[in-house]
Amino acid sequence: MSQSGVPLSVSGLVPVVIGEATRDETGHRAAIIRRSVAPLFALVILLLAGSISLFASEYWLSAILTPFLILSLAGVGLNILTGYTGLLSLGSAAFMAIGAFAAYDLQRYGHVPFLLSLFLGGAVAAVFGVIAGLPSLRIRGFYLIVSTLALQFLVLWVLTQFGWFSNYSSSGVISAPPIIITGWQADSPAGHYLVTLVIVWLLTLAAYRLLYRTRLGRSFLAVRDMEIAARTSGIAVFGVKLWAFAISSFYLGVAGALWAFTYLGTVEPNGFDLSRSFQVLFIVLIGGLGRLSGGYLGAAFIVLFPIALSQILHAVTGNSVDGAVIENIQKVVFGALIIAFLIKEPEGLARLLQCVARFRVGRAQAGKREQTT
Amino acid sequence: MSFLCEVLLGGMLSGVLYALVALGFVLIYRASGVFNFAQGATVLFAALTFVSLLERGLSFLLSFVITLAVLVVLAITTERLVLRPLANRPPITLFMATLGLSVLIEGAAQLVWGTQVHGFDLGISEDPIFLGPVLLNRFDVVAAGIAAGLVILLTLVFGLTRIGLALRAVADDPQAAESIGINQHRVLILVWSVAGFVALVTGLIWGARLGVQFSLSLVVLKALPVLLIGGFGSISGAILAGLIVGAGEKLAEVYLGPIIGTGIENWFPYVLAIILLWFKPDGLFGQAQVARV
Repeated sequence: MSQSGVPLSVSGLVPVVIGEATRDETGHRAAIIRRSVAPLFALVILLLAGSISLFASEYWLSAILTPFLILSLAGVGLNILTGYTGLLSLGSAAFMAIGAFAAYDLQRYGHVPFLLSLFLGGAVAAVFGVIAGLPSLRIRGFYLIVSTLALQFLVLWVLTQFGWFSNYSSSGVISAPPIIITGWQADSPAGHYLVTLVIVWLLTLAAYRLLYRTRLGRSFLAVRDMEIAARTSGIAVFGVKLWAFAISSFYLGVAGALWAFTYLGTVEPNGFDLSRSFQVLFIVLIGGLGRLSGGYLGAAFIVLFPIALSQILHAVTGNSVDGAVIENIQKVVFGALIIAFLIKEPEGLARLLQCVARFRVGRAQAGKREQTT
Repeated sequence: MSFLCEVLLGGMLSGVLYALVALGFVLIYRASGVFNFAQGATVLFAALTFVSLLERGLSFLLSFVITLAVLVVLAITTERLVLRPLANRPPITLFMATLGLSVLIEGAAQLVWGTQVHGFDLGISEDPIFLGPVLLNRFDVVAAGIAAGLVILLTLVFGLTRIGLALRAVADDPQAAESIGINQHRVLILVWSVAGFVALVTGLIWGARLGVQFSLSLVVLKALPVLLIGGFGSISGAILAGLIVGAGEKLAEVYLGPIIGTGIENWFPYVLAIILLWFKPDGLFGQAQVARV
């Protein structure tokens, strides 16, 4: 195993957790091939996704694809905390709001350029993430949702209460300043989509490297799977948890800033209420806990499902259906799916998709790999 | 001074109502170790069902009984389809499942009964009561009385009867309980049904206060800090914490509000809970948990 170049961070513990290091010879060779092809594959995905902007309609770009990408990024962010480290958060939207407002205020008061403000906004959110994570030193398990919920209510209250954050706008709704990247102004739906795409793509690659190729990423899994065992293996559990909070909040902060700047075009606290936190959590739960692709699949499902549902209902009943009815059907379906996935397949849609793919490749091989993971 | 008393007592009266919401959580937590996020949605569902039946001309008692029957069916379904398949999973998974259950019940309740706000009157006047120089809202007093009665009743039932003993046995060690002949599925169904009954009473009192509408399901957010402060498994803890949160919230709004701005009642209980939890991580009356490898 040591020749494979997989760094064994905590010998004995991590190979069991990861599964990759325990694969047989063929799997091992396949892993090497996959690793050398992976960057090319990622680049192809970026080019393909980018070329969509050439022919997709403005509606698709600005109302479906851009929010899909941003929600995917938020899903990836929360997944780092909940899916990979096993810490629950109900305050995702608070971190998004912090990212959005920090980016806005940095541009407004500090004249920071757009791209930099985006990442600095994420950094500010990361600082608050660490603060929200501090109680995890003393408070265990799902008691921890209290600190994230507290942050959720506190942040929205502060943002609406104090005019400084919103440049003393009377309505509290500010139109976002134009996006300018080194002189190029991205003001078309396609421009917004491309900016979002590149940032989300980069951050997803970074998350992949972090989670699967670094010692810290493996420590996340160790803490999730058995905290006491991780502690006795020499992992500084509290530090790892704080890192998970910081990185997850950074992602959510960037997602929030993108949400305000490239999707809504306005910066306002109302879009970041508790229901947005739940939406991000549902993306992770439906898409797949502890799966990077889970964020994407969950976001795609949550964005497309209501549209598809209203189309189907329209086709069946012949006239357009009340929005409240669609929302409630959606709630029932989401709730049922979350329960079903938690019972049958916590890795969600990501795992289902993988199973379908493997079924095609060959049942025997799939069955063999099932045993090792 | 009398103003301070008034604020304090008024806060504590609404605190009793928080404790009532928290009670539904405590019961389920004690029996199955689950923090049931869906309790809030159940409150909404129960209140909506009751009011809709009432509006269709049924009597108060009949509506109450039918709603209760529906809640028992809900408890049985939940036990069968959610709790049983998830037995022995980590608490965080169960919690997330109840999140799913919560949206499911919310959506179903509003699909069946519609989304409009129902006015609802319990027939308690809102006349003020004078307690010496202190002025209190009669509705709050009566509601607090009902809540207190329910709390005492449940404490007695679960503290002194064999059912209560069975409940604690199942919570402590489901397999050992099973081996001495306790049917844990039946105990769980019973507890979830009683929690449904508590949800119905909660829904009626809160519904008469706020109108029967979607925001009823948000009482769960009021109950959460109460539970955290009181410790999840303790009825008396929930009551005390309810009083602390109710009084603290009102005091903060009256005395802190003018300084830092209004609308602090949303987050104040949570900040209170975090501060208390820092010193007592298992709540005021919670039992310290021992983790084993």
